[in-house]
This record gives sequence, structure tokens and C-alpha cells, in this order.
Amino acid sequence: MVDIFALVEHRQGVIRDITYELMTCGRTLAEKQNAKLTAVLLGYNTDTFIDNLKSQAHRLLVIDNEIYKEFNAETYQMTLAEIIKKQNPMLTLIGHTAFGYDLCPSLAVHLGIPFTTDCLEIDVADHKVKITRQLFDGKLNAHVSLRENPSYILTLRSGSIPAQEGTLSTEIEKIEAPVSAEPDYRKFIEYIEAAVGEVDITKADILIGIGRGIKDQANIALMEDFASAVGGVLACSRPIVDAGWLPKDRQVGSSGKTVKPKLYIALGISGAFQHIAGMKNSDAIIAVNKDPNAPIFNEADYGIVDDLFKVVPVLKNKIVELKQAKG
Amino acid sequence: MDIIVCVKRVPQTAEAEVKVDSSGKDIIRDRLTFDMNESDTYALEEAILLKEKFGGAITVISLGSVEAEDTLRIAMAKGADNAIRIKAEDFGELDGYKTAQLLGSVIKDIKHDIILTGCLATDDYYAQVGVALAELIGIPHATLVTKIDIVDSKAHAYRELEGGLLEHLEINLPALLTIQTGINEPRYASLIAIRRAAKKEIKTVGKADIAGGEIMQHSTLEELFTPPVGKRAEILTGSMDEIATKLTDIIKGKGLL
Repeated sequence: MVDIFALVEHRQGVIRDITYELMTCGRTLAEKQNAKLTAVLLGYNTDTFIDNLKSQAHRLLVIDNEIYKEFNAETYQMTLAEIIKKQNPMLTLIGHTAFGYDLCPSLAVHLGIPFTTDCLEIDVADHKVKITRQLFDGKLNAHVSLRENPSYILTLRSGSIPAQEGTLSTEIEKIEAPVSAEPDYRKFIEYIEAAVGEVDITKADILIGIGRGIKDQANIALMEDFASAVGGVLACSRPIVDAGWLPKDRQVGSSGKTVKPKLYIALGISGAFQHIAGMKNSDAIIAVNKDPNAPIFNEADYGIVDDLFKVVPVLKNKIVELKQAKG
Repeated sequence: MDIIVCVKRVPQTAEAEVKVDSSGKDIIRDRLTFDMNESDTYALEEAILLKEKFGGAITVISLGSVEAEDTLRIAMAKGADNAIRIKAEDFGELDGYKTAQLLGSVIKDIKHDIILTGCLATDDYYAQVGVALAELIGIPHATLVTKIDIVDSKAHAYRELEGGLLEHLEINLPALLTIQTGINEPRYASLIAIRRAAKKEIKTVGKADIAGGEIMQHSTLEELFTPPVGKRAEILTGSMDEIATKLTDIIKGKGLL
């Protein structure tokens, strides 16, 4: 029977959500292909992980060794290359995460296996792989096919396939680590936690999220004014932090904070998936953007297709009037 | 410290409308502006900062059309010493793997201590080239780097993980690092420097210059299309005053005013 591998991703002793999404994707593909899904777990002191993964796959392949305590792309690559060469899975699924960024392309090049990254949907038929992915700042999708081969490696974007409960009975197989040490040319030193700022955007009921569309640092003050008129807190997408206009602790998104306010007003944010990942669970989302095709409108409840600098002053006055009328 | 920076010229689509052309495999490009890929500008700046600290030469390489030479000239105006364009017109459709092989075939002959690339290109979003390139030329790599320190001829790289967590690594040189945006403040090129760079030579490398085996492609773009509309927002219309009234009603309805 053909095998599909899905790699377990964990960090600081916790299995990451992408793992369950990969397993869900893997189970669907395995069923369609009449294949066996193997969850591949490289870790150290893996008992809790093993408990959490029961029912996720047909087989759980465990390599427990201190060298896998922290993620090191080189150690993982050497190990996975050995396992893939020996067991020949038709497909290896890895998360398109900071972990997968570091691992997939070099592992695939090392093995000479066709690969692609950041898949939203994966379809396998007659041993041919076709995937759907996004291009051009998320404004267009593409179908991409891979060179036909007995084995492929793909990375799956976080959040693209909702995780479902596994109901499989999982056979656990433990094997010895095929490598003995972390390579001396790349060494893990430490994790450094994000600095805690003065404002905690995850606690606010109303967040005003600003993006590239605010154009100029001088406009931050205007946005602060608007936020305080609405009774909200200013947050932002990555380009605002990159430009140094707001501190990192205001960043909403996969490399920043995940927020769930009662109301999120997105101003001049086009809606890159990294940003969406951090705010899509807000109770209500209002988006203002000039581009009617901006991906943010696929997440928002209400949209205004216009220049945010026209919308914001009028809206601010309305809100101030209303608050004054209420006394 | 000799540094190679790989850069790509891409359409600036973050705030533009993007439409599929009649071939169904590309976008309509004539109304878009083009510039150096965003994370590549940070990679270039990081190279210039390293050169200012440790000396050495910077070579910028781009696999692109003849227009990519404008991007390379800007890089030279900012501080790169040499520029090479690999002629994209000679190589047909490109995927990440093919791009990495072409870059690798040129880079293997250039002395380097560090190779820097952007962490991802905003046109195709693959995030493949840097890491594939490192593997092809046999040097270690780290992606999504937001800080570099050079200590005792090793690189200490800080990778940005999810949730703002940083991973601190020690990597032997030569190494390839893919640079995340925000690592530094990219400089602007002065007009004088741009004028000077206009006269500098850009080496071009074409099919005839690439020796060795077959260049292989893994993936083929079959079709580009507008994404299916998910939960589409209710678009509010009317005069600005009417829109603002609707919005305040919505906010009031949530009990937030």
C-alpha cells in the first residue's frame, strides 16, 4: 500500500495547530488514494505528543532523541531524507510555517524530489499532483501541476484546511534516530520571547487596524484620533511595523498577535493571509479599501470601497456627534 | 566579507488591481509599477551594512528580463559593487527550483562568505529559491532572519517564528540567509549615485554561458484565476454621509457605542 507522510510540528513542548490540519489533509488524500497515512514525529520525551496524536493517522512513526528537542532544519533534513529514501512515501506533507520554510526546499532538492510550497488545496489523481495556491499578494489563485514522479513533497498553508477529529486507530512504531548529532555548522542556541509592550491589543473590544494604505507616518496621529473617538485601540499589519511607525506589539498576524475583538476596523489593509490569520475570528469586521478585489473583503462583514481618508473623518464626526447627543 | 544578494523585480500588487491576461497564465502588466521585491530590498540593505562593518564586495544577481537591469542599477547606486543579470528570456517558464539552479550555476564561481536573499517574493509567494539554492551549492541556511550578528567568523541569525517568537541560531560561514522585512531601514539611492550607476557595467549571462547538466523544472503553472468569493463583505454604498450613518448604526447595533 502506498504511504502518505505528514510531519508533526511542535515547539516548546506543544504540538502546533498546523499538525492537525496536515493530518486532516493527509487523511482525505489517503482515503482517496487508498493509501496509508503516517504521522512522522521527531521529538524528545514524546509520550504526551504520542497521546495527542492517537487517532490522527494509520501509523505514527516516532523517533525519540534529544537531538530533535528543538527544530533544526539540518537535523530534520538528514533524518527525514533517510526515512523517505527507505520508505518511499508517495507524498510528504509539511506545514508552510517558519519550520516548513526552513526545511522543505532543501530536503526536496537533497532528495531530487519535485516539491512546491504554500498549497491551499492538494489534489492527487493517478499519481499526478495538482495544487491550488495564491499569487500576487493573494489577489489571484493558480492551479499548479508537478512533474510526475513516484514521490513529492508539499507544504500546506496554515488555516487553509480546517482540522477535523481523527477517528483512525493508530499503530505506533518507534525507530532509532538515523543520525547521531546536530550538525556543527548549524546550532540551535535559544528562543527569545517577544517583548511585552505597554498596550495589549488582545484585550481591546475595538481595534482599528491600519495598513499600507495610510501612506505616511504623519497620518498615524489621524488614526490615533479616530481610534480614541471610537473607543478603540490602534493595531496594524506588518508593513507599518517594518516602517517603524508602530511598535511590534501592535502587529496583528501570524508573526504578531492573534486578536478576537468585538469589532475590527481594517483601514487600508489589503488582507495578506498572514494578517487575516491574526484577526479572522473577530466578532465583526469592517474593511475600508480602495481596491474592490482586496482579499480583506472576503473576510470582512461590511466593506467600503473608497479612500480611507474620505471615510475616516466623516465617520469620526458622526461618532463624536452621537456620543455628544448621548451626553 | 564578500556578499552575494539575489534580487527580483516584481510588480507592485499590494495596492493595485490585478487582472489575468488572455493567456490565462499571466497578469496584465501594463498598468502596474515594478520594483525590487520588498524583502530583497532589506536583504540588500543588510549586505550594505555588513560591508560597511567588515569590508568586502557586494555582487547583486537577478534572474529577470532586461528591465531587471534597472533594479540592479538601483542596487549599485545604493552600494553594490558588481551586478549580474541572468537572462530570463533564455530560459522559458521558471519555477523556484529552476531559478535556484540558474542562480547556483553563476554563484558557484563567485567568491562569497554570505549569500542573502529576500524571504519570499510578493509575486509568486513560493519562498523556495533561497533554501533550494543553499542546498544546491552545499552551504547551511536559515530563513526569515530579522537580525544578524557576526561573531568569530560565524553568523548568529535570529529567525522570526510565529507569534513573534525569535529563534537564535549559530551558523558557520559561508551561509545563505533569507531576510525578513523590517530587519533594517533600507536606504534610498541618491540622484548622483543613480546617475553614476547608469554608466556601470552589468554582466549578462545567457543560455550559452551556463555550463553543465540539464536545468530541471518541478512545477508548471496551469492557470491563473480570480479566487472564488468566500464570505463576501456586504459593501456599503451611498454618499459618504449615508455610509457613515450605516456604519455607526452597525457599531451601535453591536452595543459598542
